[in-house]
Amino acid sequence: MSIMLDGPATTQARPAPEDDRPGRTSGSLIKIVLLGLTVAIAVWAAFPLAENRAWTGLAVLTATTAGLLYLYLTPRHIPLKYLAPGTILLILFQVFPVLYTASTAFTNFGDGHRGSKDEAVVAIQAASVTQVPGSQQYALTVATTGDPATGPLVFLITDPATRQVSAGDADGLKAVPGGDVTVGSTGRVTSASGYTVLTAGQAGLRSAEITALAVPTPGGAIRSSGLSRAYEGRAGRTYDGGCDCIRDTTTGRTWTADESAGAFVDAGGERLAQGWKVTIGFGNFTRVLTDPAIAGPFLRTLVWNFGFAIASTGGTFVLGLLLAMALHSPRVQGRTAYRVLLVLPYAMPSFAMLLVWRDMFNTDFGLINNLFGSDVDWFGGSASARLAVILVQLWLGYPYMFLVATGALQAIPRELAEASRIDGASAWGGFRRITLPLLMVALTPLLISSFAFNFNNFNAIYLTTEGAPFPADNPANGATDLLITYTYRIAFGGGGAQYGYAAAISIFIFLIVAVVSAISFRRTRHLEEVHS
Amino acid sequence: MRIRAAGAAAALTCALALTGCGGGDAGPTTGASAETPKGELLIWADDKRAAALQPFAEKFGAENGVTVKVQAISKDQQTTFVTASQQGSGPDVTVGAHDWIGNLVQNGAIDPVQLSADQAAGLNPNALKAVTFNGQTYGVPYAMENLALIRNTDLAPKAPATIEELVAEARKAKTPEKLCLQVGQKGDAYHLYPLYSSAGGYLFGTSADGGYDPKDLGVGKPESVKAFQKIATLGEKGEGALKRSITGENSIATFTSKKCAFLVSGPWAIADVKKAGIKYDISPVPGFQGGQPARPFLGVQTFYVATKGKNKALAQEFVTNYVTTPDLAVALYAAEPRPPALTAAFDQVKGKDADLEKFVTAGKDGLPLPAVPEMAAIWDPFGKAEAAVVGGADPTSTITAAGKAISAAIK
Repeated sequence: MSIMLDGPATTQARPAPEDDRPGRTSGSLIKIVLLGLTVAIAVWAAFPLAENRAWTGLAVLTATTAGLLYLYLTPRHIPLKYLAPGTILLILFQVFPVLYTASTAFTNFGDGHRGSKDEAVVAIQAASVTQVPGSQQYALTVATTGDPATGPLVFLITDPATRQVSAGDADGLKAVPGGDVTVGSTGRVTSASGYTVLTAGQAGLRSAEITALAVPTPGGAIRSSGLSRAYEGRAGRTYDGGCDCIRDTTTGRTWTADESAGAFVDAGGERLAQGWKVTIGFGNFTRVLTDPAIAGPFLRTLVWNFGFAIASTGGTFVLGLLLAMALHSPRVQGRTAYRVLLVLPYAMPSFAMLLVWRDMFNTDFGLINNLFGSDVDWFGGSASARLAVILVQLWLGYPYMFLVATGALQAIPRELAEASRIDGASAWGGFRRITLPLLMVALTPLLISSFAFNFNNFNAIYLTTEGAPFPADNPANGATDLLITYTYRIAFGGGGAQYGYAAAISIFIFLIVAVVSAISFRRTRHLEEVHS
Repeated sequence: MRIRAAGAAAALTCALALTGCGGGDAGPTTGASAETPKGELLIWADDKRAAALQPFAEKFGAENGVTVKVQAISKDQQTTFVTASQQGSGPDVTVGAHDWIGNLVQNGAIDPVQLSADQAAGLNPNALKAVTFNGQTYGVPYAMENLALIRNTDLAPKAPATIEELVAEARKAKTPEKLCLQVGQKGDAYHLYPLYSSAGGYLFGTSADGGYDPKDLGVGKPESVKAFQKIATLGEKGEGALKRSITGENSIATFTSKKCAFLVSGPWAIADVKKAGIKYDISPVPGFQGGQPARPFLGVQTFYVATKGKNKALAQEFVTNYVTTPDLAVALYAAEPRPPALTAAFDQVKGKDADLEKFVTAGKDGLPLPAVPEMAAIWDPFGKAEAAVVGGADPTSTITAAGKAISAAIK
């Protein structure tokens, strides 16, 4: 890397005198605009980072921006100028998500384990505040003894029975003499001497303080319920830092923090719903390997998954190539019209088409059974459902293969075919020995990417059969399930969203696809070496 | 070199200018504007309700001197809300179904509300029960919905009292399909539940405080096996009243094209039925002869106060003291005709809309949709077991396997 960077740098003292060439100014102008935009984006991104005190993020942002400005304002480091945009995009959109997924796989992140422990404690306590039995609700006016924006807050509450007004703050309640206040028809105080009544707009700006203010009373505390009512409430559960546990104030039952599970658990093993995110090491990975719901039907699903990907890729390739060859012949009239028609399925949004195909396979109302007068329960049987999804993929996918094969065929000189014919090769022999190998050099990488795409073709299954048919005794794994739809159901179906678990599963799928792709690319290289 | 320096200067100027603008946006502290700063309230709702809420949000804003914004979230509102709340960019108030409560509470996303005795008394008791979770009220309900039997009165003049009667009527009507009750390849626990409960099945037992007890799972128990044996008699190998080919996408359309005389659906289906010009009537979903009453699930649309909202005091004020007024409930009814949960609002609109009363009657025996987080584990296995049994699989082994799958997911 360093050699590459140093090399051109020495030769780059040259461009400076070229400054007064025409076109140079517009180039600088574009550069100024682009750099300005970069700085603008950086400034825009800096505010939320500073607001959330994400200092590391802010430091990375500043360093990157400064680095970019330096890079493009100095005449040196030419290769780096070309590499930088791509590298930054690669880091942002490839490396970062992959690292994030990998790090999530080691946590229990998911429903019930999203935030920090402090957030869980706050949530538990807030959820346990109930109105003190037998107490009443008060009409509330939020006021202050000082400036509306910053002065100390006071709750002016009116007892609904006696119309007695009291002023409450964090120190407690004290009665306000009747002569000092005016009480409106709803029971709310409209003005009071010594206090400034806050309007809803002013109170809205101090929302967090109002929600946090609890006026202590013998039975609990008076809290606001909105801006016009207050109630006397008591927290049923409180956090005790000494035992690191949650205690129920009435029954005395305790739930102790379990840092390995990220939840408060009682002696009987029962946990509170609100938990927090913790690192659980390889827990998710061992769960993938040991879960009988995964291990049991895994092999069957994997085999079908390969079958689906190979049939989808191979089928579309063969069909697309046949059509491309037929239309490649100069004897065909109106080739352009045919080509346009054949590409149509590719031009339609596949999401909508998948749903249309699903309805066409409906047993009673579907077009296919109606057209052929048949009564096939397409998605009801394993074989027919598998055939159906592959047929849909064939229809959706062949135009792509047709397009690329047409392009590749046109790139092969016709003289080669003619020469082989003169040498006595049959049409088939010429195709097999000359045309196909040349085609494969161009198409194999596309076939590999198509295979990798179909291997994880979530929509193809999820929008048609949704994995059906399911065996009566196993609702978790259906006959047309791919690994991706199957694991999606396991990670997000039963126990709510389990992002950590899902991340671990996706790493396993990534490994499978990576191995397959690596082997294929290795074989492609052999192919290229043979024919180049 | 001169041009480079100019470039650097321009970039810096640009940056400084933007800093200025950004500062203005970031907070009220810079005080560039002359008007007094206002509190702001952000409400999330789905597309239809967002439009209906807008005028009331503006009214509330004008009355209280605050800015109220309504944002339409068209898809995956619950997940979006939980994720956005967690990272601090969520709303102050969100509108959604009551069965979200369990998940929202376990993620610390919503706060309980404290209703006064008068406010609580003004709400339909079933709706209030639905939003009560672990003894706390988690939101203010405004509309209810439940399934009913909608029938084409030209094809079937008489409302069937039992499902057996319904099948006989359908046979007489000679329609291609007997009953439009959506099943599909994955089944549909929500639409099956009236029949399942009539046949004696249950999902969760009841705990001491009247809520659902997730530890007592009814799926896989002998009662559920018996219930599914009864349901199997209606399936494709039996009467053919329940079919996997009837799905959520085609059930209403099949009814409106007169291919079946009976449709099991909710208030949302009425608009399509009216548009098709079909003479219809609404009655409770019938149960099995000699069975228990068919209990549809009650769904309750609710306003929630977000825990991580920036303006909770205002959000509490809006939800507890403003949503509980009839005007808003009537306007939301006009946006989508579901029975209002507020008794005063319901009385206002029921005279104009006879269907409302019929839907409420159909939901008289209804059970609130369980809001416990464990319910998430039920839908998929239960639905698939239904689809398998309707397709002719053995009820005993199917439902036992479903029960095992559910209890494995719950633990």
